[in-house]
Amino acid sequence: MAKRIDVSGLTAYYGSHKAIEDISMTVEPRSVTAFIGPSGCGKSTFLRTLNRMHEVTPGGRVEGKVLLDDEDLYGTGIDPVAVRRTVGMVFQRPNPFPTMSIFDNVAAGLRLNGSYKKSELNDVVEKSLKGANLWNEVKDRLNKPGSGLSGGQQQRLCIARAIAVEPDVLLMDEPCSALDPISTLAIEDLIGELKERFTIVIVTHNMQQAARVSDRTAFFNLSAVGQPGKLIEIDDTERIFSNPSVQATEDYISGRFG
Amino acid sequence: MDISTQNTQAPPPTTQPPVAEQKRAARGATRPGDRIFLGLSRGSGIFLLVIMAAIAVFLAYRASLAISKDEGNFLTAFEWNTNLNPPVFGIAVLAFGTVVSSIVAMAIAVPIAVAIALFLTHYAPRKLSGPIAYVIDLLAAVPSIVYGLWGALILVPNMNGLFGWLNEYLGWTGIFSWEGGAPRSMLTVGILLAIMILPIITNVSREVFRQVPQMHEEAALALGATRWEVIRMAVLPFGRSGVISASMLGLGRALGETMAVATVLSPTFDIQASLLDPGGGTFAQNIASKFGEATEFGRDALIASGLVLFVITLLVNGAARAIIARRKEYSGANA
Repeated sequence: MAKRIDVSGLTAYYGSHKAIEDISMTVEPRSVTAFIGPSGCGKSTFLRTLNRMHEVTPGGRVEGKVLLDDEDLYGTGIDPVAVRRTVGMVFQRPNPFPTMSIFDNVAAGLRLNGSYKKSELNDVVEKSLKGANLWNEVKDRLNKPGSGLSGGQQQRLCIARAIAVEPDVLLMDEPCSALDPISTLAIEDLIGELKERFTIVIVTHNMQQAARVSDRTAFFNLSAVGQPGKLIEIDDTERIFSNPSVQATEDYISGRFG
Repeated sequence: MDISTQNTQAPPPTTQPPVAEQKRAARGATRPGDRIFLGLSRGSGIFLLVIMAAIAVFLAYRASLAISKDEGNFLTAFEWNTNLNPPVFGIAVLAFGTVVSSIVAMAIAVPIAVAIALFLTHYAPRKLSGPIAYVIDLLAAVPSIVYGLWGALILVPNMNGLFGWLNEYLGWTGIFSWEGGAPRSMLTVGILLAIMILPIITNVSREVFRQVPQMHEEAALALGATRWEVIRMAVLPFGRSGVISASMLGLGRALGETMAVATVLSPTFDIQASLLDPGGGTFAQNIASKFGEATEFGRDALIASGLVLFVITLLVNGAARAIIARRKEYSGANA
């Protein structure tokens, strides 16, 4: 169930290029934390270090610690595949498996984890789709391909797929950037509901969105192109958007740069 | 790769004048470059149809000349005596040999080619995948007569061990029994054909696997899939129709391969139940072996057999398209 994330001294590289440097932060369980910052500041890279997706990229490697409650995700003997089963992820563009039905998409993670009875799968798929506020729209066409849904529905299908395996943490990488405002609203409402059960971290370019959905906001920045991104500050969302303690944050939020 | 969407051209323009005029107005003034290119591309399309029709008419006409005089049953006779009076010939042996040798070739080549393609796209380090892909391209460039010579001089003399082993352990099936004849049999032909069609299937499959969108693979990874599970969940389903297309290209070559078969096989006009016993024949091999010495009528009979090969190839392609179309809404093209 929802766990605390404790990052200390995390630096990530692409080959010899240092993408983010020395990031430390704590994310409380059952809360929403938003990452904001200009493009290229490494917020997506940082997000991907939290479920060891960063090292999938050729040349990607990480130094530092990420504790999930008390377990170091980068400790010796930790299997990255196992990490990704407990830290779910939703991507920028909706990516349901095009060759699978809606049902199979949601069941995909469960089937990876072992064999389930048909009735168990039915229950989990229904629960997950309800959890993603999609059940009423798709319950009559569970055997149709997931790629036939609208963009917003596809993204909620991806969320259902991610929460079906009951992860400890849910990472979202700009989940609404490819969606229209109404679909975005549906996802934002959903995030509000999901934080009752999961620890949620969301990367967004939309500052209003960060202000609407998150409890805490982290601002990332980089001193120049080619320089590693750094965490400038993390604080309660209300405080970040009203009275941040660093001038750069205020400049960014008020639109003076970035 | 997507042969399933070729038939989605716009319907022919309506002949009602107002609509046509509206369309012309909407299209605006046509420029010379547009008109020339339109003429060239339309002409090429028509030219292709004309050539196909001409070939079909030629084959059908010459074939009908021969078949009308055939005293045996053209489809079932186990004989090819076009010099008799009246002539007796049938394609049963050739159809059997062609289909069997191609099935053997596909059964061997497709799994290996898919495995190579997956290795090149998802496992091999980039330093290694380049040279391997180059070698596979080279394999495709070797002329088929060279394969035939290699098959006859190297492959055939070295098949005895495998044949003996198959006979000992699988001989009871009947398909792999061996009476000890020279291994110039359908299995040897199938193995040689498999080597010949391996490059085309590998190359096309590799292209298809390479086009699997990163986001589908990441979706599987983020669910906690291992590398093999990523391939099973995201790569293979996405590449399925492409692999079928690739296999059909390979099958087309296997069905029509002439010189390699003619060099390796010791042709007889009967059907061997076992893949290991020598004998049998294929359409292309039979045509190549007999055409030189055939009379005018004999040539017509061979053309008739060629027509059957043409029809078999069409049927195979149609079946492949049907398989692809059946699950079209699930295809990667919808992504």
